[in-house]
Amino acid sequence: MAGQRNQGAVAFTSMPTRQTQPKAIALISGGLDSLLAAKVVKEQGVHVEGINYFTGFCVEGHTHAIRNRDRTRHKRNNALWSAEQLGIQLHIVDVIDAYKDVVINPKHGYGANLNPCLDCKSFMVTRAREWIEDNGFDFIVTGEVIGQRPMSQRRETLPVIANESGAEDRLLRPLCAQLLAPTLPERMGWVDREQLYAFNGRSRKPQMALAEQFGIKEYAQPAGGCCFLTDATYATKLRDLWASRGEKRYELDDIMLLKVGRHLRPRPHLKVIVARDAGETQYLRGYRKAYAHLLMTSHNGPMTLLEGEVHDGDAELAARIAARFGQGRAASDVQFDFVTAAGVARSLAVAPFKPEDIAPEWYV
Amino acid sequence: MSAYTLDAKQLLCPLPVIRTQDRVATLKIGDVLTVYCTDPGALSDIPTWCRLHGHTMLSSKEDVDGVIELVLKVGSPIYHAQQ
Ligand code: SF4
Repeated sequence: MAGQRNQGAVAFTSMPTRQTQPKAIALISGGLDSLLAAKVVKEQGVHVEGINYFTGFCVEGHTHAIRNRDRTRHKRNNALWSAEQLGIQLHIVDVIDAYKDVVINPKHGYGANLNPCLDCKSFMVTRAREWIEDNGFDFIVTGEVIGQRPMSQRRETLPVIANESGAEDRLLRPLCAQLLAPTLPERMGWVDREQLYAFNGRSRKPQMALAEQFGIKEYAQPAGGCCFLTDATYATKLRDLWASRGEKRYELDDIMLLKVGRHLRPRPHLKVIVARDAGETQYLRGYRKAYAHLLMTSHNGPMTLLEGEVHDGDAELAARIAARFGQGRAASDVQFDFVTAAGVARSLAVAPFKPEDIAPEWYV
Repeated sequence: MSAYTLDAKQLLCPLPVIRTQDRVATLKIGDVLTVYCTDPGALSDIPTWCRLHGHTMLSSKEDVDGVIELVLKVGSPIYHAQQ
């Protein structure tokens, strides 16, 4: 990392003196700010392409695609939609593995939940800096606004991102650039500082007015943040996963499953994931080769996965929980096929739990 | 021209697009790629990605089991990042 940073700094000190159209990569999250930032720069004649990093925690359509009640919603990837509004290429990059270290060991700590926003921004700008160096682009554009977010978008933290990423003054924040020292693209005349902005604070009004000015009528309104790590319920589930493993560790399947179903932990070593509707049942079915699971055979009922270790009696316990959420909840017994993670199947019949049998603390 | 397939079933948005993008990067202009996926978001996302990058959607359909089949033809990029 340090080596990469130095490389970036060296490349930056040799000022490009190009006559051709300057080129920028814009970090596109799918929200309004990044859309506007890219638009502002593109309007000044810069060749702009977009880049979007998929960390595994992005809110993008996941649960919408799974749950029944969400299936009627218009599904689209907001970053792609932003790129289409802008008329630019969008490179979507899978950073799932590299991002783990950001979530697990954030140098600057977490925000209100498990969101390591400052480390996350540094990580993404570092990636973008590497991308522009590899692809002969001149600078990076982000939609950051001073004071917009309590952790990563404070006046003191913006230089941290520029510095740690090695982007230094090749990082332009068009929406608040007038409040910051002039960057390379401004000094080189690739963009006109006078046509950049001085947005500051949490108000969304300046962005909405600028959107209006550009004729952008429809845009995503991210609630709270751009990823699940800002979500308190999700963060609780991720903490529980780490606690159960005795270490901070996750795979993509883990973090996807945290978005789906009811999660109950009736034993320290065992978590039961019960689908909440047919859409989730369909989705969880896709995991049946990797997880021990229960298929209700006597009634209609949810697909249920067992995560962790399955000790004697655990399949029956999980089945009693699952039966509570199926159509046989009032029956005297409900039958299941229980299949181990290794694919060994057996039948079992249990009496469904009554609501009061399920301890509130089991719910993660 | 050659024909290829990509299995992106069970992957959620935007992974089907990422897998498509990465696969197309290995193909030649005129090649045809059939992508199978299950996230309904792909029905709008993969055609959008194709429009942005200059590829042509030849067909898209969803079968009764919810498996979506998208067929695209690799084109030349609309925008060129000059090296
Ligand atoms: S909300 Fe999530 S994606 Fe956005 S900066 Fe914070 S950690 Fe990163």
